[in-house]
Amino acid sequence: MAQIFAYIPHKDGVADDIAYEIQAAAGKLDSNAQVTAIVTGSGDTLDKVAGHLTSLFKEVIKIGHDDLAYPNAEVVRKALCNVLPSDAIILAPHNTFGMDLVPGLSIKFDSACASDVIDFEGTEGATLKIVRQVLGGIISTHNDLDISNGAVIAIRPGAFAPVEDGSEGGTIVDKSGDAGDISTKRRFLEIVEAEVGDVDITKSDVLVSIGRGIEEEENIGVAQELAEAMGAVVSCSRPIVDAKWLEKSRQVGTSGQTVKPKVYLALGISGSFQHMGGIKGDPFIIAINKNANAPIFQVADVGIIGDILEFMPELTEKIKDL
Amino acid sequence: MEILVCIKRVPDTAENEFELNSAGNDIDRDDLVYSVNEWDNYAVEEAIQIVGEHGGSVTVVSVGDDESEEVLRREMAMGADNGILLSDDAFEDSDSRGIASILKAEVEKGNYDLILTGAQADDGAAEVGGMLAAMLDLPYASLVNQIDIDGDKHIKVGREIEGGNKEMNEIELPCVLSIQTGINEPRYVGIRGIRKVAQIEIPVKGASDLGIDAGSVGKDGAKMKRIDYFVPDLGEGAEMLEGSTDEIIEKLIEKLKSKGGLA
Ligand SMILES: Cc1cc2nc3c(=O)[nH]c(=O)nc-3n(C[C@H](O)[C@H](O)[C@H](O)COP(=O)(O)OP(=O)(O)OC[C@H]3O[C@@H](n4cnc5c(N)ncnc54)[C@H](O)[C@@H]3O)c2cc1C
Repeated sequence: MAQIFAYIPHKDGVADDIAYEIQAAAGKLDSNAQVTAIVTGSGDTLDKVAGHLTSLFKEVIKIGHDDLAYPNAEVVRKALCNVLPSDAIILAPHNTFGMDLVPGLSIKFDSACASDVIDFEGTEGATLKIVRQVLGGIISTHNDLDISNGAVIAIRPGAFAPVEDGSEGGTIVDKSGDAGDISTKRRFLEIVEAEVGDVDITKSDVLVSIGRGIEEEENIGVAQELAEAMGAVVSCSRPIVDAKWLEKSRQVGTSGQTVKPKVYLALGISGSFQHMGGIKGDPFIIAINKNANAPIFQVADVGIIGDILEFMPELTEKIKDL
Repeated sequence: MEILVCIKRVPDTAENEFELNSAGNDIDRDDLVYSVNEWDNYAVEEAIQIVGEHGGSVTVVSVGDDESEEVLRREMAMGADNGILLSDDAFEDSDSRGIASILKAEVEKGNYDLILTGAQADDGAAEVGGMLAAMLDLPYASLVNQIDIDGDKHIKVGREIEGGNKEMNEIELPCVLSIQTGINEPRYVGIRGIRKVAQIEIPVKGASDLGIDAGSVGKDGAKMKRIDYFVPDLGEGAEMLEGSTDEIIEKLIEKLKSKGGLA
């Protein structure tokens, strides 16, 4: 098998935790593989993160350039094309950066592409068997990936159990000189921080969280009454915010808030990985969903198959009567 | 501004409870409710708004079978000016790369300033937009949730990144953008609107019309091939509460009490 490279994102000189998961994924892909980490950036922070990664990887390639100070995927793609062999197997995270980088990179290398991969099930010749989910995680699929000409693979954050920090004592290879022309037609301007809302759902021990199963804007009041009776706060999944029924600050998930409640009541939420990615600290999760196959039942502690629109008012009444 | 929006007809995850077929090699597609991919609908709305303000036209294009005509018409009822269906037996079982190369052939027949796709569709792969851009050698930005047209050479786009923060970029035209949900509030389309566009002709183009070598797309051209569908082993899964509604609520309240869920 071709050499495996792991693209490691970092911030303020610290590698993203995904580094440990990508290392685990590489091991699952090929247990004999020697995995090379690749980091792009500029200045001291790049040196710092490259240094740190030598404990986890035998070889760390760093590409430094002022234009790489912010990880603009268009610029990173060009640098990688100039530095890596085109038949490489490249692993990256399936997050907002990976989604920006990976598909185009596979075209430039004329190699295979697989995104949001949750498992590897071995190789036969030049065919790698991968597992991914479709239809919002309700159903999984096995896929054959033809890696004869390399592959760019985005792995789902949280899907591979992270490896322990190692003591590899790896070496750093500076490939900044090979980066070549990395000028692009997309220029990074600035980060605009998410707005702060009237309630801070991250401070609440108990969340009554509603998803698309709430069906109508008018029904949100019913969830609010339940939350009030429980002494909880209402949070939600993304479609509720997209519909402008609740403020963005109430959205739980990778593109919303990261919450750490004691109890999480998920009402009409299917349990997508982007939603679950915002729930930390192993809370007690109760899911009510009318679909017995909803993926949320795989991660919840307690499940109820039913219609939330019938359950919520009755539960509210019973709690008020206590 | 000439805008092309790539759309896909998908099984509606909000309307269906998916099950495997008896052979286990596909989902049971009988009686499935299909609709336009949620992300694509936001992309079409955005295109219509841009053209409404700055002039130009919106074309919607889909790679699919005859039934995809219905989603093209739906988006034309929203306000897209033209629809194009790319359909050929040779396109069946294409992977993302195959779909992108079919779309590329159509893009090259037009003169578009802006090409939009949804950020992802039913496969959750989020690949077609980025691949299309790379094939066309155009700049790309994914997960776009803000577009400011401030010139005809380049525009400003916001990308939604982790935590709901927004990454602002300046990007040259023409470019390819994948659109994230929530960027706008897609307008409602009624039956009447769809009837109004029922007579408009939607050209159908196949591999030879597009100058595509049939072997480079479809199953033969795919570097990723789906082998099967399966429902993952639930592992431990949740403890399911059963009984009458009253009984379930009683058990639930006990759980809530013991876990600190009631203040
Ligand atoms: C880059 C990116 C970032 C994202 N970030 C986030 C994020 O931060 N947070 C987030 O939540 N999502 C996020 N998403 C979207 C995510 O992929 C899912 O689309 C979303 O989480 C689905 O929300 P949902 O569960 O409410 O809706 P659905 O998946 O539509 O699920 C609705 C559920 O409600 C059930 N239901 C319907 N009616 C009823 C009823 N009457 N009673 C009981 N049950 C009912 C259905 O069976 C279904 O399981 C992101 C997506 C992308 C691409």
